Order: sequence, then C-alpha cells, then structure tokens
Amino acid sequence: MKRDLSIETRSLRRLFKGVPGAGDVVALDSVDLSVEEGEIFGLLGPNGAGKTTLIKILATLLLPTSGEAYVKGLEVVKNAPKIRRLINLVSGGETPGYGILSVKENLWFFSQLYGLSRDGARDRIKQLTDQLGLDTYVDSRMSKLSTGYKQRLNLARGFINNPAVLFLDEPTLGLDVLSAKQLRTFIRSWMADGTKTVLLTTHYMAEADEMCNRVGIIDRGKVLACDTPQRLKMKLASRPSWKIEITPNIQDLDSVRTIQGIVGLSETSNIETGASTLKLVLEDESVMSSLLSKISQNGSKVLAMSKSEPTLEDVYISLVGRGLQ
Amino acid sequence: MSLPTIGFRDELLSNLKAAYARMWVRIKGGNREATHFIAEVFLPVLTIGAYVILYRSLGLPSTLGSAVILGGAMIAFWMNVLWNMSAQWYWEKEMGNLEMYMVAPVSRMAILFGMSLGGMINTSIRALGILILGVYVFQVPFQLHDIFTASFIFLLTVVALYSLGMVFASLYMLYGREVWHTNQLLMEPVFFLSGSYFPSIYISAIPFWVQLAATAIPMTVGLDAIRRIAIYGGDISTVWLHIVALIAFILVLFPLARKALNFMESLGKKEGRLTLRWQ
Repeated sequence: MKRDLSIETRSLRRLFKGVPGAGDVVALDSVDLSVEEGEIFGLLGPNGAGKTTLIKILATLLLPTSGEAYVKGLEVVKNAPKIRRLINLVSGGETPGYGILSVKENLWFFSQLYGLSRDGARDRIKQLTDQLGLDTYVDSRMSKLSTGYKQRLNLARGFINNPAVLFLDEPTLGLDVLSAKQLRTFIRSWMADGTKTVLLTTHYMAEADEMCNRVGIIDRGKVLACDTPQRLKMKLASRPSWKIEITPNIQDLDSVRTIQGIVGLSETSNIETGASTLKLVLEDESVMSSLLSKISQNGSKVLAMSKSEPTLEDVYISLVGRGLQ
Repeated sequence: MSLPTIGFRDELLSNLKAAYARMWVRIKGGNREATHFIAEVFLPVLTIGAYVILYRSLGLPSTLGSAVILGGAMIAFWMNVLWNMSAQWYWEKEMGNLEMYMVAPVSRMAILFGMSLGGMINTSIRALGILILGVYVFQVPFQLHDIFTASFIFLLTVVALYSLGMVFASLYMLYGREVWHTNQLLMEPVFFLSGSYFPSIYISAIPFWVQLAATAIPMTVGLDAIRRIAIYGGDISTVWLHIVALIAFILVLFPLARKALNFMESLGKKEGRLTLRWQ
C-alpha cells in the first residue's frame, strides 16, 4: 500500500547572493525528494551541501528561488502558517530558551507557543523530561546546565507539540555517545505509531545507517542518490572497499585521487601517532598495485590494510568522491 | 490526507496564550535577580539628583525638580523600548530563539505584544520606584488633582512608546551589530528632544524647529502632558490635544509595526537572512 507523502519537493532550487563578482551560490539545484509518512529519512552531505537550506525551506524559514516544496501536502510558500502547526525543528548545537528560566519554565513557555493546555503541558513536560533524562534538572536554571543537557532541553522543545513532521538538523551534535543512543531510542519509540515523519541531517554515517529507513546523499545542492541504506550498500557490493593505514600521511592526496580506478577516497589523520587511514572505494582490485606504488613514491609506509564490506560511508565516498572528515 | 482545521476562536486563544507566555517570561526574567531591580531604580536617581541639585543651586523654580523626576521615570520606558523591545529580535536571533519563534504557529505580533506587556509592567514597577525614591529624597512639589487623566495619559504614552518599539523591533529584525549603533543614536537625542531632564517644548531658548521635531516623539508629548497635570495642576481641558496626538501615534504605529514585521520577515526569507547570525 502506498503511504501518504509527508514531504515532497519538485525541482527545488535555491540561490544565494555570492560575494561581489563571484555570481550566485547554488545551494539547492533541482532537488526532487519524497518522504513518506512514518519514515525516518536521512540527508547526508558535507558542510555546504544544502542540507540545512532544504530543511529551512521545508520549515518555512526560507523561500525557494524556484520549484515546489510540500509538507503534508501543503505548499510551503502559500501555507506556511498551516504547516507550522504540524512541524517542529531542532537544530543541533543550538540552545534556544532563556538562561534565567528553569528547564520546566522554558518547556512550559515553548508549550504555550503551540497552545497546549495547562494540564497537557504539565503532562508533556513530565513525559519528555523523564524520557530524555532531564528529570533531575527540571528546576535547574538553563544557564546552569552543561552543553549536553542544554541540547537535551532543545530536543525536548522539538517534541513538545508532538509534531507530525520533525526536522532534526544534526540533532546529536554535542551529545555524548550514551545520550545520542538514548535519543535514537527515544525517536524510534516516538515514531512507533507510524504517523510521524522525521527528516534528519547528520554527519554520523553509523547513525544514519542505524536509524534511517532511507537516506539521500546530497552534495553541492544535488541529490546524488536516494534509497534504503541496505540497497545503497548493495549497489556498491561489486566495488571493493579498502582501509589502508599509512605513515606519514600523504601531503598531495589529489595525486592519489587521480589514479584511474579509484572511485572515492577519504583520509582520517591521527594526530597522536602521525598515521593516516585511507578509506577507498575501487573499481576493481587491479587498482591496488598502482595505489601501493603511489603510496611508496610519496615516502609513506603501509602499516595495515584490510578489505571490508561496504558501509554507508563507502557509499558516500563513492558518490561524493571524498569523505566527510 | 486529512489535516486539522483551526477556527478563529482557537487561533485567537492560541495567540493570547503565546502573548501571555512571552509576557510571563519577561516579567519572571526581569525580576528573578533582585540586583537588576535595585540597579534599575537606584542608578537613574543619581542622574536625576544631579539635575535637581543643579537647578536648586541656580535658584530655579522647584517645579523643575519635579519635572526632572517625572522625566527620569519616563526615561526608564524609553530605555526599555530601545534595548528590550527594538533590539529584542536581534537578541533572540543571537540566542537561537528567533528560529524557534518563526517555526511556531503563532503570530509574531502576539510575541511582540507579549514582550511589550511584560516590558510595560516591569518598567512601570521600576518607574514607580524611581518616582517614589526621587520624591522622597528630593522633596519636590506636585499638584496632582486629576489622577484619572494623568493615568490615562500615562497609559496612552506607554502604549504609543511600545508601539514605536514594535515598529523598531520589526525593522531591526534583519539587523546584525548595527543594532548597537542605531540604539546609541536613538538614545541621547531622544533624551534631549523629549525633554527628560528639562522641558524641551514651549521653551523659547530652544529653536522652534527643534521643538517641532521633538513633538514627533511620543514621549515628548506624553511627558509634557503628565507634567502639566501632575506638577502644574492641569486637567483634561489643558491636555486634550496631547491625548489626540497620542491616540494618533498609536493608530499609526501599531498597524505600521504589523506591516513592517510582515515585510521584514518576507524579505528575510527571500534573502536568507532571517535567522542568519553573526552578521
């Protein structure tokens, strides 16, 4: 059975004025996207890829330059006030609220922006503070909270109106591993009834792999691929993924990128050891000999190498040509 | 796909709740720290005191001291309008709150209205403190016979001032650090033109065109009317023109605030500057 679409964009385009003489910056370029009700949809992309621009258009904070965008069937430009009753937005790293007020007071204030009744607000605040581990801090001033707890408060704010569509822009930014896991568990339980939709942007591939029903990979304003994490990984199954640890790191990484047969490459450096880990997606194994000789020419030594099953990160590298790091 | 519909009554209720909540935040936030209140009452009295002492030492009429105390109390409103109303969207943007307001399903005017009410209540308490302390310390004369008209004019003045604050808040919405400079520019000239520390209209020493310009500021008109009633024993017949002017200010400024707010919000969305920080 085909489910209703919660989010839909058609040829969505957004330009920003660039620096004088440099022309306009294309933040979104003919983006077509459909997110069904009940889905957690992940948007993956490097900084400046257009993720936040897309979320801001859908959350009625920004007008598109051309194209159409719909939330719950409502066109975002013409029906902004109606859409706002159905959505909420949480931007990771933001800590909206008033430092002088307590957690409970801040949440009560947010609840009033959504017209919750006194009892409804009280129950919702209790439920959210319990579930997000804020229960011991309800009477603490927001200014006294640690960054992680402020972020939890921000998340509680996002759920206060029980939105039909929730936009989460890097929600686990600033959260420790345990808190991020708690949040993921909370989102899944919140979505259990199948009527809620989440559009999530993240830099954490494992998070997207674990949480999202489908992901879209976006770069320079274009959606390069859109499917379930499993299917995206399967498409890459014929292309070997390798992890090679080298020392010292290669100064001219672009010279490696130009080797024919390398689909994508990302490098993670370890400052303590001076070693680098190269993640590579190759056309086939025959590239390995040229690759190893290039590493050697650069004066680097191979410390370890292993072949791995394709991950979402490999999919990302193969499509974007580089990693997120 | 069935979507919930919302009637006029529910929408109104929702906006009133938001306005009340924003007012509550302002009152709670403004009074939680006792030091804020003490500083905002005692420090202005020092400035007022300097003028009262100066006028006394020059042998000028004691009513000038009364005028200064009333002016000092009204200055609290102008400061609040500038820094806590006009610049408020800027603060909210820097704190990350503007995005939250813009995504919420309530009228931005409801939020501004709530801010205004909270500001009026907070500042009225402070202004009363300044007035009581000033009168107690400097023992200046008052001849208040028509308390109803005085209260009515005070209310009109404050509403007109906050309506102006709402206009500024809307215009400042897309501002970055320019807010600081603009507020500085609006602060001292208005202190001077509105006659906070000396009467600036009907005084021959001040050129006519300056007096005329001064009447374009709601505080000048309101302050002059309140002084006429509270210090010189006037009644409604002596200030009816002031009342007309203040009502005219409100009738023009309130709708202007709404128009400016809608315009700036649309412009911000178009240019992508609505929630852009560190400008």
